[in-house]
Amino acid sequence: MANALSAKVLVVGGGPGGYVAAIRAGQLGLDTILIEGDQLGGTCLIRGCIPSKAVIHAASAFHEMWQATNAGRFGISLPEPPALNFGDTIRWKDGIVRKLNGGVDALLKKAKVRVIKGWAVFSDAKTCAVETQDGPARVTAEHVILANGSEPVELPFLPFGGPVISSTEALSLPTVPRRLAVVGAGYIGLELGIAFRKLGSEVTIIEALDQILPLYDDKLVAPVKRWLDRAGVTVHLGAKALGVRETAEGYALIVGPPERGEIEVAADNILVTVGRRPRTWGWGLENMAVDMTGPFVKIDDQCRTAMKNVWAIGDLVGEPMLAHKASAQGEMVAEIISGKRRTFDPAAIPAVCFTEPEIVSAGLGPSEAKARALDIVTGIFPLAASGRAMTMGAGDDGGFIRVLARRTDRKVVGIQAVGAHVSELSGEFIHALEMGAVAEDIAGTIHVHPTLTEAFHEAALQSLGHAIHI
Amino acid sequence: MGRYVFRLPDVGEGTAEAEIAEWHVRAGDTVAEDQPLVSVMTDKATVDIESPTAGRVLSTTGAPGEKLAVGSDLVVLEVEGAGNAEGAAAEAAPRAAPAPPEPGPIAPKPEPVSSSVEVILPAPSIAAPRRAPPPGFATRPPGEKPSASPAIRRKARELGIELQFVAGTGPAGRITWEDLEAHIAAGGQTQAASAGLAEKHGVAEIKVIGLRRVIAERMQEAKRRIPHFSYIEEVDITALEDLRAHLNNQRRPDQPRLTLLPFLMRAIVKAVVAYPQINARFRDEEGVIERHEAVNIGIATQTPAGLVVPVVHHAEARDVWDCAAEVARLADAARQGKATRQELTGSTITITSLGTLGGVSTTPVINYPEVAIVGPNKIAERPVVRGGQIVIRKMMNLSSSFDHRVVDGVDAAEFIQRIRGLLEQPASIFVD
Repeated sequence: MANALSAKVLVVGGGPGGYVAAIRAGQLGLDTILIEGDQLGGTCLIRGCIPSKAVIHAASAFHEMWQATNAGRFGISLPEPPALNFGDTIRWKDGIVRKLNGGVDALLKKAKVRVIKGWAVFSDAKTCAVETQDGPARVTAEHVILANGSEPVELPFLPFGGPVISSTEALSLPTVPRRLAVVGAGYIGLELGIAFRKLGSEVTIIEALDQILPLYDDKLVAPVKRWLDRAGVTVHLGAKALGVRETAEGYALIVGPPERGEIEVAADNILVTVGRRPRTWGWGLENMAVDMTGPFVKIDDQCRTAMKNVWAIGDLVGEPMLAHKASAQGEMVAEIISGKRRTFDPAAIPAVCFTEPEIVSAGLGPSEAKARALDIVTGIFPLAASGRAMTMGAGDDGGFIRVLARRTDRKVVGIQAVGAHVSELSGEFIHALEMGAVAEDIAGTIHVHPTLTEAFHEAALQSLGHAIHI
Repeated sequence: MGRYVFRLPDVGEGTAEAEIAEWHVRAGDTVAEDQPLVSVMTDKATVDIESPTAGRVLSTTGAPGEKLAVGSDLVVLEVEGAGNAEGAAAEAAPRAAPAPPEPGPIAPKPEPVSSSVEVILPAPSIAAPRRAPPPGFATRPPGEKPSASPAIRRKARELGIELQFVAGTGPAGRITWEDLEAHIAAGGQTQAASAGLAEKHGVAEIKVIGLRRVIAERMQEAKRRIPHFSYIEEVDITALEDLRAHLNNQRRPDQPRLTLLPFLMRAIVKAVVAYPQINARFRDEEGVIERHEAVNIGIATQTPAGLVVPVVHHAEARDVWDCAAEVARLADAARQGKATRQELTGSTITITSLGTLGGVSTTPVINYPEVAIVGPNKIAERPVVRGGQIVIRKMMNLSSSFDHRVVDGVDAAEFIQRIRGLLEQPASIFVD
């Protein structure tokens, strides 16, 4: 006989969408159960954003020291190359993950959320069965919030296993692969490819389209391309991975298309990062009578599905598949269930690529503005002219900050940046967009000297035609 | 230059006071002779009051909803010549009456008043009517999301306000807190947002003014003074409906379409001959009953502003076509607010009909100081027993109320039975 549990709110998935929804629901006094099949924190915390940022940081630190042995920088040189114990790097990363995972657990407890470890399988929209450590349980709830997330897309001719890995395995490799082939030049492939290059791997990137980071415009991507070029990363564009074969000294990735002549890329590991797909199978979604839109669960602007009192958030419901979007939706849904009036209506959802250098985009880019027939003025300020960038050794990577404003009233419609450390500027960018800033608002705000934010100020001034420092 | 004090004129026979409905001018406006200054409402009609002379408005008295006695100061004008106000030459205070501050994005700049100049005009006790902020969507291209901070968007959502309809005064049309507040203050439209089954705690306080106040007072008066009794009888109108359909088919283009109402009016005209105590007005404070030879039938009419009762005068001298045409004309005038005071007064008995919403029975409220009101209910086909057989007939109930102080139950019942007889044998309506 299964242990029968019921709650006002049942959250499925303990990632950044689900755990935030559960905490907020608990704060609002709603009786809440969260079911997580793996570890609290989800992809983001356990095998995505956080661990990759740790590896990227370690890789950068190693890379700087390595550069110091070769040439010396800022008057610093190392007498011998730095030693990398990648196992220790991974253990350090795992320590951060454990700490954050425990933090989520504590926050859920504080909000009086009951957490069930196990894999929920729904028999109807409001009922699921879970195999827990204490035996089977049957959970029913008035409201169900689906936050099941996504998982890496597998290529049929390059199934995961052996040398073929996804981002999850890449973040827990026992050693740094001597040769790494990356299939897919989206942000995940580039972030990890660049990190492993910094750690010493020979990296080859294979991309089916004719551009890396296809979501971003040429100008924004150019500094990353330049870094790849200088770092000796080979990039095959318009190329298709066809399969893998074992060789005497490891593996070879067969790259086409065949009509252009196949080549073989020697590799110890093949990292496949061709995208993520929503996790819509294996847990009874088909029994819940929700509507779909393409591969995603269909929702309205309040994250309602077609089934009454079933809500869906995060990667499950569509692009952009970003943790901060999922969290915002989760918080909103909990508030709606508690009786507050909310809709999901952000001015924009900003995105960051932790490549070398970093890329930030918030709001419309030049091609999107053009597609909407907006008459735009653009202000660009190069980080080469920023004193702060120079003093961090970050003024020579081709970085810049760009502000797009409507010509008629200077309302800011998009802000992008590329350059070292610019990810931390994303908050100011999105704040300006959410507040409905005009270029004069940014120009009229005193920015601290010497910081990178001055470049944002100058870009706004430049869109008004009177930048000071260029 | 002189000062002209314009006092509230007598707007209708026996009117002692009138309610300000709407101002058409504000202090500072220049007006031409005969230009409408203000709409005022008496207990029967809304009347536009026109300027007796050309000039500039110095002050106005009374806010919408406020009542003024006939003869009290309404508008003070600055006019060419001497004006009509004693010892109050406008030259003494050339700029003494700054316009009252009006809400809006631009702060008014009151002109300085020299301390040596005596301010002779009383400051208006009530601020000039608020001007609604300009519509915001006019400045926003279609399809564009309104620009407002997340906190303002959230607040608007909670209040059920669509920001699309809020004027933004900030840079690039950005909606500020002040814009949102101004929108709310101006009675901005709020829409129910779909947020599940949420508790709601808002209370809307609506001032009972204008026509609504008149209705409220009159209903209260009727129910307080008159001991009503109601009498409900069913009428077989199968024959009447046949006749009505026939007449409508045969009517000339210049003749109105006949409803049941003109037949009921004619039946009342015939019935009251034998029951004159029912076609009457009871001046209860004087203890006098007026029995009228004229049958002036009030027709309760729903208008956008509320219930009004225009009167078909001398129904005894009108045939069914004439009655129908007059009902249509009066209803139209009432709905457009154009019914005259004459058309709204003098009824001796009233008909109230909800048409297809008529229901099974009603308990109508007498139009004081009348003593009777008759209301037809909905027409429906019902099985009835005729000669031991169940047959289907077009049936309609008649609900009526009477003033029991002056109408006895038997008389009321006989009166209604008489009407029933006339309606069931419709030919009898047309013969004497």
